[in-house]
Amino acid sequence: MANGIMLSADNIDFMIHGVFSYDFFGHKVWITTTHVCMLIVLLLIIGFAVAANRAMKRATEVPGAFQNVVELVVEMLDKMVKAAMGKHALKFANYIGSIFIFILICNFSGLLGLRPPTADYGVTLPLGLITFTLIHFNKFKHKKVKGVIRELCDPWPFWAPINLISYVAVPISLSLRLFANVLSGVVIMALVYGLMSFLAIGWPAVLHVYFDLFSGAIQTYVFCMLTMTYVSDAIGDD
Amino acid sequence: MDFNENFILGCSAIGAGLAVIAGIGPGIGQGIAAGHAAAAVGRNPGAKSDITTTMLLGQAVAETTGLYGLVIALLLLFVKPLLP
Repeated sequence: MANGIMLSADNIDFMIHGVFSYDFFGHKVWITTTHVCMLIVLLLIIGFAVAANRAMKRATEVPGAFQNVVELVVEMLDKMVKAAMGKHALKFANYIGSIFIFILICNFSGLLGLRPPTADYGVTLPLGLITFTLIHFNKFKHKKVKGVIRELCDPWPFWAPINLISYVAVPISLSLRLFANVLSGVVIMALVYGLMSFLAIGWPAVLHVYFDLFSGAIQTYVFCMLTMTYVSDAIGDD
Repeated sequence: MDFNENFILGCSAIGAGLAVIAGIGPGIGQGIAAGHAAAAVGRNPGAKSDITTTMLLGQAVAETTGLYGLVIALLLLFVKPLLP
């Protein structure tokens, strides 16, 4: 009854489904489609990483095709991090490059018919929390406790609660932005395939190009760019 | 006064529709950003790639508020938090 009103067409499907559940110390834990899709994405990335490692161990002076691609990707990511973070880039290039590739492949996985793992808030919130941890770890490391307290009481001491709220808002807005962008693409693709299944021949490829490739790449770039901006802001002029 | 399930679901649907009106703001904001970016490219065509990157970054950030509305609408429609 409750579902019947909202979804008159039964073939619209963009929710996360449980595949199987198991008992974890008295809790019922579900393995969902997100886990399965993320496992496929991770296998893809691990396969690429192993192949890249082998190619770089046998690197030649004149690079072959695959070595060229790997060097291109690494150089592009390094350049992006260097442009945003300046002299602190070396310490963060590995992390930023990793999450860039991970989020990018996750967003692109809609092309393979998977449900993008980033359309699950349980995937994007940890990414936001890692950024939150990075920001505050670096803030304490570079500005010391005194500087952090001074920044917390920035205009006036009684402004501190509002500054605290703005600190907490950073991971939430970062993760919600990525989640909602990918989810909106998933919802619209599900509506096209579910409600217009007799018409959806060929032309939804255009929507895939926009929602999966364009929007996915932009949101990946934005997530990494904002992470780098916040972290280099936390480091300060040090 | 008690309301039955259908009344709550109908009101949730109206609320979801109202929540998506939040999309007006980001639309205006992104349009302004794109317009200024076009003007900037016209003034300085050499900096086109930098301007495009900055514009896309700013637009993606401006889009967030609209997406909050979308999240509220999806919550009302599919999670149905108001049902007893």
